[in-house]
Amino acid sequence: MMSITNLQDQYDVVVVGAGPGGMAAALAALRTGVDSVLMVDREVEPGGILNQCIHNGFGLHHFGEELTGPEYAQRFLTDLLDHHIDIATDCYVLDVTPDRLVTLMSPSVGVRQVLAGAVVLAMGARERTRGAIRIPGRRPSGVMTAGLAQKFVNQMGLLPGRRAVILGSGDIGLIMARRMTLEGVEVPGVFEIMPHANGLTRNIVQCLHDFDIPLHLSTTVVEIHGRDRVEKVTVAPVDERLQPDLSRARTIKCDTLLASIGLIPENELSQKLGLRIDPTTAGPVVSSTMETSRDGVFAAGNVVHIHDLVDFVSQEALLAGENAARYVTGRRPPADNIKLNAGTNVASVVPHTISSDREHTVYLRVRHPLEKSWLRLGEVYEKRLRYVVPAEMVSLKVRPRFLEHFHGDSLTIDIVPRDEPGREEM
Amino acid sequence: MSTDNDLQTTQYLCIGCPLGCRLEVDEDPAGDIVEIRGFSCRKGKTFAEREHTDPRRMITTTVGVTGGLWARLPVHATEEMPKHQMWDVIDLLRTVSVTAPVAMGDVVVAGILGSEVDVVASRDMPAADPAA
Ligand SMILES: Cc1cc2nc3c(=O)[nH]c(=O)nc-3n(C[C@H](O)[C@H](O)[C@H](O)COP(=O)(O)OP(=O)(O)OC[C@H]3O[C@@H](n4cnc5c(N)ncnc54)[C@H](O)[C@@H]3O)c2cc1C
Ligand code: SF4
Repeated sequence: MMSITNLQDQYDVVVVGAGPGGMAAALAALRTGVDSVLMVDREVEPGGILNQCIHNGFGLHHFGEELTGPEYAQRFLTDLLDHHIDIATDCYVLDVTPDRLVTLMSPSVGVRQVLAGAVVLAMGARERTRGAIRIPGRRPSGVMTAGLAQKFVNQMGLLPGRRAVILGSGDIGLIMARRMTLEGVEVPGVFEIMPHANGLTRNIVQCLHDFDIPLHLSTTVVEIHGRDRVEKVTVAPVDERLQPDLSRARTIKCDTLLASIGLIPENELSQKLGLRIDPTTAGPVVSSTMETSRDGVFAAGNVVHIHDLVDFVSQEALLAGENAARYVTGRRPPADNIKLNAGTNVASVVPHTISSDREHTVYLRVRHPLEKSWLRLGEVYEKRLRYVVPAEMVSLKVRPRFLEHFHGDSLTIDIVPRDEPGREEM
Repeated sequence: MSTDNDLQTTQYLCIGCPLGCRLEVDEDPAGDIVEIRGFSCRKGKTFAEREHTDPRRMITTTVGVTGGLWARLPVHATEEMPKHQMWDVIDLLRTVSVTAPVAMGDVVVAGILGSEVDVVASRDMPAADPAA
């Protein structure tokens, strides 16, 4: 598309990945005043996963209107192209060293190394595959992730099959149930192992109810049948311990199984770099400036933790890009002095540390749905929440005044039912 | 739907927030709304009214594109359209094909199904080979 071939040997900031995370980071770095930025992506064009998300629902927070995925991406790209930036597409980042030597490979430049003043990792996430949940049976064709099917249908114009069962009720699975139906593919049902749907109610209504597609909760696919091509799947209800009850199993004819069973941060590069990884997010541990455990290496977006709203990806990445530029120009803010811990009903917290001198946005994921709860930040702050669900990230503004009289070095965040008087015994 | 004393009750799931309140709308034989139940806030009531009398959806899909970077061009209607027109719009768009390059916002079908609503490109679609 607009890939450059005359790479410099050195850049102030190199951004790995050109999804919404990478684009916002590059934009913020340029606005903060560095001279040279290189953004690299292995796809043929910038935009990341948004290019295949043709539905609307993006940008309500960031742009104040509902955009489709491609529109959201293009708005950022247009802003970016107002600045001087080098973009290398169709180009893999193979390696980043602790000294920030970045190895790239593409058909047009071959293998090249560039030295970066700071690096922003924005590689996004990849989908969990069937292997991750071990469904027994043969390996016929017709089994794929919902996101891959989305790319086939929305960009390449290929239909994955004629009758598709969907495993997993996350938003991607729901959106694909509608998309396949609109393309004339029959969708006999969506099967979810948990007792609750993982996607937004809006998607349950507009992607399933509108088309009379049944959603089977507490049910999973236990076997895939077929030699060369999927012929049918066996589904069975599960008990509270998620164990299938095979005596109530039944088979469903289909030629395609789309798995929408979650995203995992794409962290091969981070692992090679030896970054500290948080086992709860599967992404790098980051400070309040989105800096990882390596000096001058920043990260943002789905590579850090899985986001449900792209707007939050952009916000987080603007912060990462700004701080990468500050790192290069020697204008770093004071270091963090408070560690954040995930407490009761909190699965993960990002960032992992904050400082008491400025305002921070902290993102939390809960373990279980709760109506009417308290969100407590140690003993220093509490707020009422009307509801929490695992599918929606909770964001918390931590203001310096909360911490005026706090002299400890760590704070635990709990989300507890409102009728419960205090924190659970530790 | 169920009938009780000539009232027809229809159920809806509120999409206003993750609480997902189960809403019920009672309608009398004249087709007027008599009662709305099940909401926990105003948003839910408004949603039930709208969903019962004039449900609308944002339509997004793709059309064919020749000579483009990709085989499909994502498009969307400029406004929400009545839900019952969705299939007609989709079926019509399935027959449409454009030629690259296309710019974001370009009108692909003007005034679809005789409405005031246009269907426009959701992105730029550059030609497959910029040199060509
Ligand atoms: C199917 C689907 C539906 C969604 N629906 C919504 C929605 O309705 N509303 C909403 O707000 N959000 C939605 N989201 C979430 C939102 O799209 C994501 O949170 C967002 O795109 C993440 O941005 P990112 O930049 O972190 O990652 P990505 O968009 O995944 O971008 C990462 C980029 O990095 C590149 N890359 C990775 N590794 C390398 C490497 N080694 N070298 C070079 N390049 C590399 C990839 O090619 C990719 O382009 C959806 C997500 C999906 C998957
Ligand atoms: S009625 Fe109000 S509280 Fe209930 S789901 Fe709708 S918006 Fe949420």
